[in-house]
Amino acid sequence: MTPRVDDTDMATQLRTTKRPLERAVVVSLFLAGAISIAVTLGILWELGKEALLFFQDEVVSIGDFFTTTVWQPQAGSFGIWPLILGTLYITVIALVVAVPVGLSAAIYLSEYASPRVRGILKPALEVLVGIPTVVFGFFALTFITPLLRGVFGVNTVGFFNVLSAGLVVGLLIVPLISSLAEDAMAAVPDSLRQAAYGLGASRLEVALRVVVPAALSGIAAGVVIAMSRAVGETMVVTLAAGASPRNFDLGTDSLFGTILNPFEGAQTITGYIVITASGDISYDTIDYNSIFALGLTLFIMTLTLNSLSRRIVKRFRQEYD
Amino acid sequence: MTVQAPERPDVGFFPTDEEYVELLDKRTRRGAVVRTGFLALLSVAVLGLVILLVTIVDDSFGLVAVVNQNEPEAVVAAAGYDPATTALSDLSKEDLVTSLQGTISNGVGRRLEREQRFFEDRLVFESQAKWDEVCASDEPPSGCTGGARDTSSVLLLVEERVIQPDVVAVNGMIPSVLDGQGFRDRIESEFITVPEKYPDYTFDQVRFQWRAWLSWKFITSPSSSTPEIAGISTAILGSVWLVLIAVLFAVPVGVGAAIYLEEFARPNRINDIIQTNINNLAGVPSIIYGMLGLAVFVRVLEPITSGSLFGDFAPNGRTVMSAGLTLGLMSLPVVIISSQEALRAVPNSLRQAGMGLGATRWQTVRSQVLPVAIPGIMTGTILAVARAIGETAPLILVGAAGFITVSPSSPFSQFTALPIQIFQWTSLPQPEWRNLAAAASLVLLILLLTLNAAAVILRNRYSRRLT
Repeated sequence: MTPRVDDTDMATQLRTTKRPLERAVVVSLFLAGAISIAVTLGILWELGKEALLFFQDEVVSIGDFFTTTVWQPQAGSFGIWPLILGTLYITVIALVVAVPVGLSAAIYLSEYASPRVRGILKPALEVLVGIPTVVFGFFALTFITPLLRGVFGVNTVGFFNVLSAGLVVGLLIVPLISSLAEDAMAAVPDSLRQAAYGLGASRLEVALRVVVPAALSGIAAGVVIAMSRAVGETMVVTLAAGASPRNFDLGTDSLFGTILNPFEGAQTITGYIVITASGDISYDTIDYNSIFALGLTLFIMTLTLNSLSRRIVKRFRQEYD
Repeated sequence: MTVQAPERPDVGFFPTDEEYVELLDKRTRRGAVVRTGFLALLSVAVLGLVILLVTIVDDSFGLVAVVNQNEPEAVVAAAGYDPATTALSDLSKEDLVTSLQGTISNGVGRRLEREQRFFEDRLVFESQAKWDEVCASDEPPSGCTGGARDTSSVLLLVEERVIQPDVVAVNGMIPSVLDGQGFRDRIESEFITVPEKYPDYTFDQVRFQWRAWLSWKFITSPSSSTPEIAGISTAILGSVWLVLIAVLFAVPVGVGAAIYLEEFARPNRINDIIQTNINNLAGVPSIIYGMLGLAVFVRVLEPITSGSLFGDFAPNGRTVMSAGLTLGLMSLPVVIISSQEALRAVPNSLRQAGMGLGATRWQTVRSQVLPVAIPGIMTGTILAVARAIGETAPLILVGAAGFITVSPSSPFSQFTALPIQIFQWTSLPQPEWRNLAAAASLVLLILLLTLNAAAVILRNRYSRRLT
């Protein structure tokens, strides 16, 4: 008996049938995916184009931009270091707060906490993630700054200061570090813990000598991501750290008295961009172009940090079976 | 062959029983100390959260010292009622307008009437002849076409123009509850010791009253340059518009991209690049999206985003449209990544069953995979929306107006938004604005908490059903 339809024939026929609608759907789905590429190219193109215009301006030289330490657009002096100083200083303060707090939180939640305690503490940290940064800025200005001025004296601590901004940015990135570190520690197989306990290790020794080293790549990646987040943070630093760049002269200014004084304000890259753009900014002025040059710098900084974090994970990841 | 035991070390090599107990004690003690240390540091974060919330609630309510230009009782009495039994809000619209007439100048009254008239059938400040003339001009004011003011908006006007409350000092909720008298005493002594702080008033004029900065009136009134009567209705409506446009853009595109990457993309170079690129975009600071929005939507696409292609609407591209699309672009990576996760969670057996029945890939995705993944996609979308509502920096970049009192009415309107309002009010020096910023923050936090709770409920309900 022969089949009514030739099997191979039918298969070929089905496979080669033209389905224009199906094709159109797949193409439009692909285009939706490709939009993300367009966004990246758009960012690079616009930032690059305007930054180029900025560097072509007569009053700006690319050498001075990267080497001089006075940012005074009104006086035609564009040295990026005061803004980078503000950005990095606040980031460092934030990390000094957030790394110990975030790691302790992760270790406690992953290695010590009973399910009930965990059920209370973990959502509290998650609520922190959802709070808008402008509310953190409000908090910095209405609680932390007055607190610091009360503790250290109104004459020592300025109304705008990097310490207040740094502390609050630190609070803001704690949940980022703790959740990424906790994920990394949860990925450490239980057999390692059990082996260590079997050898007579205490809980602390298991946590610090077995779990943390095994999860180190994930923890490090989390810290780098948090750093990138702190560098790009805008509203807290704009509200709490003020709008004047901390111009300095390496030769004459004292390092700790002036350049690294935590009680005075310092504008950051993001702070300058927001303050400059919040007026009715006119196109093709040097102000307009300057924010794009700074935006490009910021973009490169965060991109570098983000890819660094990905590389850490890839390079040092331990594979457990 | 014989097995030989290794040589035993000296007896001194092993700790004695006492030494052993001591070592163990030491380790236990150190463990307890460090454990407490971990918990203490963790508590720092939780404490930070608690203090933040308390600060906001504390600033949203409290005692204020206020000086009224005209006391509400006097206004009620002047209208012919007994202030003991009748409150200002009980007065009829006619009485309120009469009170306004008695206080404000004719010029101000005419301006208010041209903005929006007081009665449908008669004019209060303007003569009929002049009114007809103004309305016949090339640019008739909004009062000519719109309806009449309702009682509550006239009441607001009376409060603003007749009573003219001026808050001279504010106090937080907790100190007000614990020691309200202390606040009164402090202000009284300040009137004697630092009179330059209150140059226009004497202490007899000061009234102390409880003020809820967060109130229904606050939520429903437009912004104002007077903190006593400013509200956030303009900002809330602005935020709603922004989120609507952002979602309309980000969800179709984001879900489409996720479907492509999960269901159709073969592992080749282009698709690899797309995936890596999306992960990278998720880490780009929001302010950069604001710059992209400024350069592309506000500037290059101005004919579209200002609405001038569709008939002249806005003077420039700093509109709801530009800002909504910017927020949409910013949310896109989040929507894509969470939709991908939702699609990945759909069991492969569903796809195999669909295709086994002869359905094409797209048919399988549309009618088998997507319906199962929808709850997960919605959860991700809600979380992306929650993030977008709280964003401030990109909105400043694309030109959110700091101070407008007119609610946005189309995608081509100027706009403000809740976080922008908070930012503006926080940066103003007078303490009353801080209270307004706190109240607006509280509204924003409640909104976000509701959205997050909705996402969690959605996730729990449907994840149970699947397994």
